[in-house]
Amino acid sequence: MDLKVNGELRSLGDIDPQTPLLWVLRDELGLVGTKFGCGISQCGACTVLVDGQAVKSCSYPVSTVGNAAVTTVEGLAGSDGSLNAVQQAWVDLDVAQCGYCQAGQIMAAEALLRAKPNPGDDDIDQAMAPNLCRCGTYIRIREAVKVAAATRRSAAEASDAAE
Amino acid sequence: MTALNYADIGDVVPTVTGEHAMASDANATTDLLVGRLDRRQFLKLTGLVGGGLMLSFTMPRAFGNSAALQPNGYIKIDATGILIYAKNPEIGQGVKTSLPMIVAEELDAAWEDVEVVQSTIDQSLYGVQFAGGSMSIPMNWDALRRSGATARAMLLGAAAKRWGVEPSSISTRDSHVIHAARGRKLAYTELAAEAAAMPVPNPQSLTLKKRDQFRLLGKRITGVDNEALVRGEPLFGIDQTLPGMKYAVYQKCPAIGGKVASANLDAIKAMPGVRDAFVLEGNGNAGELLPGVAIIADNTYSAIQAKRALKVEWDESDASKDSWSHAKAEAERLRHGSGPQVVNTGDVDAAFASGANRASGFYTYHFVSHATLEPQNCTAWFKDGKLELWAPTQTPAQGIGSAAKVVGISPSNVTLHQLRCGGGFGRRLYNDFTCEAAAIAKRAGVPIKLQWTREDDMAYDLYRAGGFHQMDGAVDDDGKITGWRDRFITFTNDGSRPVSGGGIHPGVFPAGLVDNVRVEQTALPWSNRCAAWRAPGSNVFGFVVQSFLDELAHAAGRDSLEVLLEVLGEPRQMGRRGMHTGRAAGVVKLAAKEAGWGRELSDGHGMGVAFYYSHAGHIAEVAEVSVNQKQVNVHKVTVAADVGPIVNLSGAENQMQGSVVDGLSTMTGLSVTFENGRVQQSNFDRYPMLKMPSTPEVAVHFVDSDYPPTGLGEPALPPLAPAVCNAIFAACGHRIRTLPISEEGFSLA
Ligand code: FES
Ligand code: FES
Repeated sequence: MDLKVNGELRSLGDIDPQTPLLWVLRDELGLVGTKFGCGISQCGACTVLVDGQAVKSCSYPVSTVGNAAVTTVEGLAGSDGSLNAVQQAWVDLDVAQCGYCQAGQIMAAEALLRAKPNPGDDDIDQAMAPNLCRCGTYIRIREAVKVAAATRRSAAEASDAAE
Repeated sequence: MTALNYADIGDVVPTVTGEHAMASDANATTDLLVGRLDRRQFLKLTGLVGGGLMLSFTMPRAFGNSAALQPNGYIKIDATGILIYAKNPEIGQGVKTSLPMIVAEELDAAWEDVEVVQSTIDQSLYGVQFAGGSMSIPMNWDALRRSGATARAMLLGAAAKRWGVEPSSISTRDSHVIHAARGRKLAYTELAAEAAAMPVPNPQSLTLKKRDQFRLLGKRITGVDNEALVRGEPLFGIDQTLPGMKYAVYQKCPAIGGKVASANLDAIKAMPGVRDAFVLEGNGNAGELLPGVAIIADNTYSAIQAKRALKVEWDESDASKDSWSHAKAEAERLRHGSGPQVVNTGDVDAAFASGANRASGFYTYHFVSHATLEPQNCTAWFKDGKLELWAPTQTPAQGIGSAAKVVGISPSNVTLHQLRCGGGFGRRLYNDFTCEAAAIAKRAGVPIKLQWTREDDMAYDLYRAGGFHQMDGAVDDDGKITGWRDRFITFTNDGSRPVSGGGIHPGVFPAGLVDNVRVEQTALPWSNRCAAWRAPGSNVFGFVVQSFLDELAHAAGRDSLEVLLEVLGEPRQMGRRGMHTGRAAGVVKLAAKEAGWGRELSDGHGMGVAFYYSHAGHIAEVAEVSVNQKQVNVHKVTVAADVGPIVNLSGAENQMQGSVVDGLSTMTGLSVTFENGRVQQSNFDRYPMLKMPSTPEVAVHFVDSDYPPTGLGEPALPPLAPAVCNAIFAACGHRIRTLPISEEGFSLA
């Protein structure tokens, strides 16, 4: 079985097709940025993108990925290593406490901003609701999503203007 | 049910004297670390004795590399840069950033020039290394400042020598020594080799900066691991991988103390991906190694699948039979009788007999779990009689000791790498997962990563104990509180001492503040493990006493804020390590002012105020809520804190906001219940933590004060629940006396 992850095609050998995507990423591919929290779709620590949609990889058998493209937190930075808008906002606003939930939060925010570049407060609350933060950093997450949205929009305007 | 040994985890309730009243949270952690050591020796060692918590200092020790300035364990400067070592575990409280900031301030290094590295575990060099009791800042403040000042003095001396000038004629700034008169400067990195040859000054002789000279402390500094975190780099315990590593899970009896009678090991070993399965006997200490079945597999999924297929016959003759419903019934019975007294001042009975108004209430709070988002795990490699551990623990040195004991080697043959912890809250003060990993690795013969599932984490936590308080109080004709009785029913593991975090201390509010106070404490037998949970003791006592104070204010027909301030009274220090009533009143007034206490509120809205002193922090909170059909909307929480000067404003504010969210989450819907010794909640679907849509606005205000700085990981949590419950009462007239409030039918909007 093969898997498209962060722009690369990775071979998985003869893996149990029922294996959750989470454990394939972590144990087989060494992409440990995606975290295990509950294993039953209740915390969002394992959130990754499958064709741009946020999914909970702990409850997503690897076989259902098929040809879709998987993006993990390791795949967000630019090819030159620069942080993307969401990552940068998380750094600048000092969102994390323990940081364990934050990869999942970042992926959920990334999915939101790809679908809705200009989210309102309710959109943010709705999109981020599945992601628990045990340390309670929700206030800063909210802010960081807004900052990231603004950065993305101004980058988009700049590139429109350049064309 | 007496077979369980809690020696190393139960040793946490100190004999608290009046003098140490209100400081018992810190003492609890101290005692935990002391274990069976002589307490006085430990205090001497760590400098925990005396008026402050900040005397710890490690003497300089010579280091080998002469090209590097390394006057102590915290600093290494050479031609390539400035390293500062972070000594304590990072569990989300921000110490990997804040402790090095303290060094950098006195070193006069520009923060951008500093690289922070997690230190090794070496208590001879660093003093006690742990994360707990909100003590990282107060215990290390002085030592870290002096370590920075030491290096600075040596750099200054080296520059003076090179330039042939008096040290007093030159200065430092932003990682440079500056000779202003001649307009020349040298970078620390250029001077490192020469500075290393300078004599190490006596750290105590150095002059430290005054607060108005701080350039770094008090600023907003972002976490040193932020970039690595957002890139998903392997910072956490759970992220560790070793060549040839296998994945392990460990199944223990669902009722603590049960032993393995038999298990379908052959069937398990035949499962795909499974390498081995075996029984471990346990070492009789519930804080180290409980009996169970270990499974070793090629990956986590195979291990978890095998664990699901595992069938164990448990011998439960010595296992826990704990029952919450039984305990509750017992408490209902006991609340009508009196118990052993912890506090008895004045004449409570006379105060009740003569009181103009009385109030009574029976308060209950459930057990809760730590629920760190990163489930417990540890990677271990046992090779040639030596053990190497990669452990997300709050007490790495204890982890080394316990693991060494469990595998039967000397602690000197154990290396432990401290890793970022995905939350702590007190859970990782205990090293049961470290011991399990060590024992499994020894038997497996290959490096293993032990992974607890969430179900394991919920079932084998060391819980925040539940408890019950029958409260009675009296107010006189003037509406002044004259009598207070707190009949507390708690739990005990050993038949005499209350469980950790479940012992009330003689300084509990309002002892010393109200004339006639009686506090009684009775303990029900309990087998399951209980332990420190963020602001142990205070997180529940705060709810009870600050809610009941509000009840008495209403019984007197008076304003709650006015009564709270009246009870705090004249500014004075309560015992050596107790609260200062002036600082207390200061934060109460500040929170009230910022929240607009007394202003006209919209229909259905109410405001509540609460104060609590814990971990040397004075914190007041005012909540504004509205209630509609038992649906509570928390609009805003205003926090005022006096914890001395702030080290890192960004981190400090984050801790305050997080404590409010954690407090609200826990009081709203979290409880762990036991029946037949088993925890009833197995995963987050039955342990619904607060999510973003219910998060209120939180306004944080710090009092600028010159007191020595104290920790912030815990003290902002205790006032939250009573502030919100008092606001609920103000909004709808319903007095909440049970946590979580879901037990009374309330939920968050
Ligand atoms: S681990 Fe997937 S949602 Fe919790
Ligand atoms: S930062 Fe710790 S769980 Fe979110």
